[in-house]
Amino acid sequence: MMFMTVAAEAAGGSAAFPPFETWHFPSQLFWLTLLFGVLYIALSRFILPKLGGVIEKRGDTIADALDEAARLNEEAKEAKKAQELHLAEARAKARETSDKARAKVDAEIAADTQKVDADLAERLADAEQRIQKVRSDALANVETIAADTTQAILSRFGVSVSEADAKAAVARATKN
Amino acid sequence: MNLSFHQMADPIHQFQVQKLFELNIGGLDLSFTNASFYMLLGVALIIIFFGLAASRGKLVPSRSQSIAEVGYGFVADMVRGAAGEEGLKFFPFVFTLFFFVFFANMIGMVPYAFTTTSHLIVTAALALLVISIVIVYGFYKNGLKFLKLFAPSGAPWPIYFLLVPIEIISFFARPVTLALRLFANMLAGHIMLKLFAGFAAQLFGAAFAGAIALSAVGLLAFAMGVALNALELLVAGLQAYVFAILTCVYLNDALHPSH
Repeated sequence: MMFMTVAAEAAGGSAAFPPFETWHFPSQLFWLTLLFGVLYIALSRFILPKLGGVIEKRGDTIADALDEAARLNEEAKEAKKAQELHLAEARAKARETSDKARAKVDAEIAADTQKVDADLAERLADAEQRIQKVRSDALANVETIAADTTQAILSRFGVSVSEADAKAAVARATKN
Repeated sequence: MNLSFHQMADPIHQFQVQKLFELNIGGLDLSFTNASFYMLLGVALIIIFFGLAASRGKLVPSRSQSIAEVGYGFVADMVRGAAGEEGLKFFPFVFTLFFFVFFANMIGMVPYAFTTTSHLIVTAALALLVISIVIVYGFYKNGLKFLKLFAPSGAPWPIYFLLVPIEIISFFARPVTLALRLFANMLAGHIMLKLFAGFAAQLFGAAFAGAIALSAVGLLAFAMGVALNALELLVAGLQAYVFAILTCVYLNDALHPSH
């Protein structure tokens, strides 16, 4: 208690509780009105609209950017779809081309094979014919040689036989 | 030496209003006092802080602009939540009120600073301003339907004999409680702070003078002072919020009187 009175005396002699001293009420109200008024005008007229504008602008910017992003995303999706379509088309075309080429090549191969086969068959037939002729020629020669040999053997034995007889005899013998 | 020590320990001294410049208009003492100075400081800080944030107005905000915008959003949400979209026409008023009280309370937390909101005349003036706006706007917007505020619909008629007086009393208690809550919180908080700080100083002084045992008690008082500081910081913010949100709630009654 002693502190308080000392302090109050030091402050000007009045022992009243400061918030309930009335001498400063007009001053408090005056400065409060003035300063609160100034603050209100500064905030409501100048500062808050600007601050709100900045926030709103940011919101708009973000919304715009999001819209743009969504639009670009849509575009990209469409482009991807188009690209896929394109790719499928190209693939189909490539398959068609390769099929055609294969068919062509197959046909060519078949034709060539046929030609070669025919050629081969012809040559084989030729060769066979030749072999046949050679063989028959050879067989004919064998009869002549056999007849000559028979004549020669018989002439050694002192028997002479005509060529025609010898041939006939060989033919009879080879028939059996 | 003794005198200044006692002055320091006196918990009431911090509320003393002292004239800095004499000003007399029409027989009224409108002197610029330490209270006026700290009020001016708060207002200047608000204008500088939010003014800078608004004038820079960058799309990608700096740190301080971010904080200013958080404050803007905080008050806007508070108004919208308590008074609806229509309440936003009072947004600048609630914003001014909230930051005026908030800065006054926070400046008061600085040692040796004066707490403008620790004076009943200031909080009472603000509360009367709020309730005057509620009454004037309530009648301006709703006409006599504003009186429905005192007779909420849906009760059986005999109840109204009880209900209406209660509503009227509660309505006129609003400015009183609004003013007293802020005033009493600031006053009591700062008295407590000063008391414990003073205790600590006195006890450490005594310990220094030879009574070593007292230093333990002094330490306790000091720890208490530190804890109280944290509490008062919370109270300073909370009371500004309470003042502003109750203003929104009362304004909501003016906007929508039939509950």
